[in-house]
Amino acid sequence: MVNQERRLLPGAGSVMKHRDARRLSLILLFMPLALWIVLLILLPHIGMGILSLREKIGPRQYEFGLANYIAFFQEPIYWHIMARTAVISLLVTVLALIVGFPVSYYIAKIAGPRTRGAMFMFCLIPLWVSDLIRAFGWILLLRETGVISGILQWTGLASAPVELLYNDAAVVVGLVYTVMLFMIVPLTSTLDGMDDAMIEAGYNLGGNGLTVLRRIIIPYAMPGIVSGSIIVFMLTAGSYLTPVLLGGKYSSWFTQTIYDQFITRYNWESGAAFGFLLLFFTSFVVWIGLKLSGQSLSSTVARS
Amino acid sequence: MARRSGNQAFLLGYRLYMAAFFIFLVAPLIAAGIFAFNDSVFPSLPWKGFTLDWFFGTSEPKLGMFHDRRLLQGLYYSFVIALSVSALSVFVGTCNAFLFVRSNLPAKNFFYIIMVLPLVIPGVILGISILVFASTIANTLDDSYGIDLDFLRPGIVLVVLGQFSFVATITSLVITARLRKFDETMEEAAYNLGASRARVLRSITLPYLRPAMIAAGIVAFLVSFENFNTTLFLVGSESPLTITMFDRMAKGGSTPVLNAVSFFLMMGSGVLAIISILVQRDRTAR
Repeated sequence: MVNQERRLLPGAGSVMKHRDARRLSLILLFMPLALWIVLLILLPHIGMGILSLREKIGPRQYEFGLANYIAFFQEPIYWHIMARTAVISLLVTVLALIVGFPVSYYIAKIAGPRTRGAMFMFCLIPLWVSDLIRAFGWILLLRETGVISGILQWTGLASAPVELLYNDAAVVVGLVYTVMLFMIVPLTSTLDGMDDAMIEAGYNLGGNGLTVLRRIIIPYAMPGIVSGSIIVFMLTAGSYLTPVLLGGKYSSWFTQTIYDQFITRYNWESGAAFGFLLLFFTSFVVWIGLKLSGQSLSSTVARS
Repeated sequence: MARRSGNQAFLLGYRLYMAAFFIFLVAPLIAAGIFAFNDSVFPSLPWKGFTLDWFFGTSEPKLGMFHDRRLLQGLYYSFVIALSVSALSVFVGTCNAFLFVRSNLPAKNFFYIIMVLPLVIPGVILGISILVFASTIANTLDDSYGIDLDFLRPGIVLVVLGQFSFVATITSLVITARLRKFDETMEEAAYNLGASRARVLRSITLPYLRPAMIAAGIVAFLVSFENFNTTLFLVGSESPLTITMFDRMAKGGSTPVLNAVSFFLMMGSGVLAIISILVQRDRTAR
């Protein structure tokens, strides 16, 4: 009580001091965020933007211009790789949705309360294992001397070793596997919030399984579908390990092109331009997805 | 119970699908782990008997992971990097939690979105932008003043900063979510009992946040340990484990020592996963 009175009856000077202290603590709290964002996100991206606008006109001679971006559109191989990355990423997103939706539905609506938690935890296992080990596992399964080839020969389905690695299908399978979780988690949590009575009402009104799925369940799950798809698409388009390890040297993934420009050819200007193109492209797709579904970025990210 | 689809055949098919899905989920992990115990110099079938040589073997061709100097070095660097990233991100995450939940920061929503952004920037881009920025500063200082700042060249410091740049978002989200659920009357009670601000923070608010801070720290540690995309561009001569392993995998034809490392890492993450679940269970009990 005494202390409360002391807090309630401060002199005028101490009010000022108190306000100053609050402002000081606000500034102190704000510093880590400001330093982090400005030094590690904002300035590096500005620097990369400036670098990408530098044209090399001679040894150690540069000029401002769009040459690095123009080169991207004039050289078919570059935008072919970009288009290829986009198409495969889209395919991976759709496949992850098709494979993951029944799984989420089962976990959220069909499984009993005890198995539900266990199944959900089980789905999370790959999250705890690094991308590298997951890709390594797929290499051991798919390669010529790998497990699947061995099983095929053992059962007589194949007469000689089969190489299943280093093709687009292997890349797609590996990517779907890697990103699956980011589809299942938001889907399951959205479906979990759905009232079973809604489904029953659909059936009572004479709908069959397909109509109920199309008219009731999918519309309800839309926020989960959107956030899952956005995250999955971004992760896929920006991935490096899985396409390189499962697709081999010529998997032609856009991040690989960026790596080549930076590390192999030491052409940082064009690498920076390509990096920006990838960033624009993925942000554009995310923006479209958010606009079409009327959701906000923070709710989408927070959900996963 | 939503067994509206009625017929048993459908449900059976559905169960089979779930079983197939779970096999799909674990198959690569089992393949990566199990060959660590195969007594053969190739990580492939046929099974030639059980061995622990890929962990403890002392000489070529069966050099085990605990005697492979480059792998051990990679493990050490990864550990140092992950610990630094985790400590930094938990600190910044905690500050951000207080900033977004407690302070009267103007334009809070705007800053919140800015804070979330690093998570949606592809890791490759974070890596190259930080590489470009650090190199520009280093070159400018070197050219104009002759000062050579070694930590701005690719190496451990840049790797830590690069990973921190997006891991901090994860820890901030986790700790902020926890602080939002805090019942502020607990603090008021402490003030009424005569406690100072520092005392309340130390003995009430921070203990309340501890489960979230530990969980966030574990996630940060794992994300850092496993990170590849951002690290790839910032790495110097001290390669962390993922880079060392990737180099060997990309070359192909490695011995099962990589499986031994994979098994070791999976066990490690398993232990961390269990710890973080226990810590969070503690949270629901309170």
